[in-house]
Amino acid sequence: MPEASPTAVGIATLVMVALNAYVVLGGADFGAGVWDLLARGPRAERQRAAIADGIGPIWEANHVWLIFVVVLLFSCFPPVYAHLSVVLHIPLTLMLVGVVLRGSAFTFRAYDSTDSPVQRHWGRIFAVSSTVTPVLLGMCVGANASGALAVPVDGDFVARYVAPWLSPFTVTIGLLGLAVFAFLAAVYLAVEITEPDLQEDFRSMALRAAVAVAGLALAGLWFGRGTLAEVTAALTGRPLTLLFQTLTAIAAVTTLGALWRRRYRLAQGAAIVQVSGIVWGWGYAQYPALVPGVHTIGSAAAPEVTLRLVAIGTAVGLVILLPSLAYLFRLFKAETTRPFVRVDTAEHPLPPRPKVPR
Amino acid sequence: MSDLLAARGQMAMSLAFHIIFAVLGIGMPLLMVLAEREWMRTGEPVWLDLAKRWAKGTAILFAVGAVSGTVLSFELGLLWPGFMEYAGAIIGMPFSLEGFAFFTEAIFLGVYLYGWNRLTPRAHWWSGVAVTVSGTISGVFVVLANAWMNAPTGFRLVDGRPVDIDPIAAMLNPAALPQALHMTLAAFAATGIAIAGISAVALRRDPTIQVHRAALRLALWVAVPASLLQVVSGDLSAKFLAKHQPVKLAAMEGHFETARGAALRLGGIPDEAAGTTPYAIEIPKMLSVLAFGDPDAEVQGLNAVPRDEWPPVRITHLAFQVMVGLGTLMAFASLWVVVCWVRRRDVVADRRLLTLLAWLMPAGFIAVEAGWVVTEVGRQPWIIQGVMRTADAVTPMPGLAAPFALFTLLYLFLGTVVCWLLWTQIVKGHADA
Repeated sequence: MPEASPTAVGIATLVMVALNAYVVLGGADFGAGVWDLLARGPRAERQRAAIADGIGPIWEANHVWLIFVVVLLFSCFPPVYAHLSVVLHIPLTLMLVGVVLRGSAFTFRAYDSTDSPVQRHWGRIFAVSSTVTPVLLGMCVGANASGALAVPVDGDFVARYVAPWLSPFTVTIGLLGLAVFAFLAAVYLAVEITEPDLQEDFRSMALRAAVAVAGLALAGLWFGRGTLAEVTAALTGRPLTLLFQTLTAIAAVTTLGALWRRRYRLAQGAAIVQVSGIVWGWGYAQYPALVPGVHTIGSAAAPEVTLRLVAIGTAVGLVILLPSLAYLFRLFKAETTRPFVRVDTAEHPLPPRPKVPR
Repeated sequence: MSDLLAARGQMAMSLAFHIIFAVLGIGMPLLMVLAEREWMRTGEPVWLDLAKRWAKGTAILFAVGAVSGTVLSFELGLLWPGFMEYAGAIIGMPFSLEGFAFFTEAIFLGVYLYGWNRLTPRAHWWSGVAVTVSGTISGVFVVLANAWMNAPTGFRLVDGRPVDIDPIAAMLNPAALPQALHMTLAAFAATGIAIAGISAVALRRDPTIQVHRAALRLALWVAVPASLLQVVSGDLSAKFLAKHQPVKLAAMEGHFETARGAALRLGGIPDEAAGTTPYAIEIPKMLSVLAFGDPDAEVQGLNAVPRDEWPPVRITHLAFQVMVGLGTLMAFASLWVVVCWVRRRDVVADRRLLTLLAWLMPAGFIAVEAGWVVTEVGRQPWIIQGVMRTADAVTPMPGLAAPFALFTLLYLFLGTVVCWLLWTQIVKGHADA
């Protein structure tokens, strides 16, 4: 097995950072769609409105993290990208349909202010695709983690293109992904909302999702007990493993406690640590394999010159990107009494603005 | 349908769909910030109305452009894993940079669309400028990657594998400048002409509608210089092709026999079996002039390479005729506008010009689609010119007709919805305003 260069390990870490950002930012957008679908009772419409306001200005930016993951994979680990694209063709294609429907339906709903029945249809498409897409994403991750993507080249269609990603384990991980996204969304919404009754709603959603996350994580361990033997062995044998596990556990307990005592800011911070802990725990357990049984960081890495250039490009890009992102979040996620205004709608007429002297 | 054909069909359809939104995603933000600038300068409400309408349009188009672009970034692997495994390390660079440009665009579009009352007017306008600039740059980076497929540089082939990879040299390949220039100008020209066309239709009925007079003026500011410069940029592209992709140029021209003082063919239907292009109007020596700037220069014909290296000649030639024909008409209309401006005559008063502009409304987009057919079909059977055949890049996964059908239906649905939304939310509102 070729030794991985420090640059290659660095880029692989960067892929994990981007994936982590996608999970805690984009994931919450998906989760919000789930709660849109599940909104019930007398406050359902107000819940939906709060969800739309929370996603509004930032959703496009949140979803670019996925493109980053893809681009880093195909420039720096091209065989990994090619392998995943072939074996996971079917779930990735279905996931893309979900991404397309979700993204466009959200915008169409926002701008299609002509009549409400049509808007409700968009809302339904948005909510359903928000629910299906994370499951498929989780299934792909689960398939990779379980080592099932080391596919025999002489197998039949099912053995090569279906069996690797369709098993009780991958479905469980898919549902776990969904639960994690829904959990994050409910916690964030509880922080952002100011009306007490809605806040209570989102709190109870968060608590229910937390239970689902715990249950599905245990189920995942159960279904994966055979296939994951290698990963588990690695998990227990590595020095940092205990650190990740302890951190994730402390964060999980903190989130629950904070939600219980209605300390939402603390719950949000702890939830982010908890979910990131899961992401990095998985990445660390798999290291240095990118596709277990097929490719490692060392075997799949592009030539050093490409890795270096991408690293430099990323560093320069981040200098522009991070301040912009901070600006975006400060603008729309800071506490302020002024609502933001989406271009112009009947509900939000634009206040007159003074003429600017030249 | 063979799997290779299905994969090509899906890729072509996805690109054809996405490119419309990519082009509008470059052109619309420019119009939007120009309108807001006019509002800041004059305080006339009509400019604010325009800025907000165009911002709405930008939001809808950007959302669809973003998701269809995400689809493409996956489809490169889902359909062409052989290509990506080979080329990822060489042309990943422009894609990574494109990622950053696109990210910046998404951030500032969020700021712009939702920040009308949270920013000072000046900061708000600058966020629109950031959208325009990063959108344009992001388009350029994608075109650079495509340019490499036409003029692969930045590596050496040893036993069929690329070695000595130089991503910077790959990015700055010989096709990079002509293609990036041609595509960027096309984006501004197509968007400008389309908006001018919409306003021209309305102004033909009632020449006093203020919002359409304003829209026409701004749209022409963008469309006229872009359409005129496109003629120069087209010439640059022809000279690039003559040197680096002579087979593509020969297919575009329906030029079968290598000859000195080659004639330029307008129209005609190439007959691949007979090796002739009947029914064409021939302008003597013109092809040699356009390709090399010398009336007696030798222009290579299709017969110089084996038949299995020919692209589909008829499609390439006809698509090229459509692109050049429409481009010429757009340049002609632009000249006409310039004449009006120079003579200080009101464009709106010239009914014949308005009629021409109204008819040209879709011209830019048809030309863009035709241009992509020329560039992509004209490169066949290669996915990387002279290095890798398309047939060797396709995924081993069978049954590709299924995803092709799925995405075709999905995009038909989306396309219909977007047209309907733009019509009800933006165009129709003009009349009510």
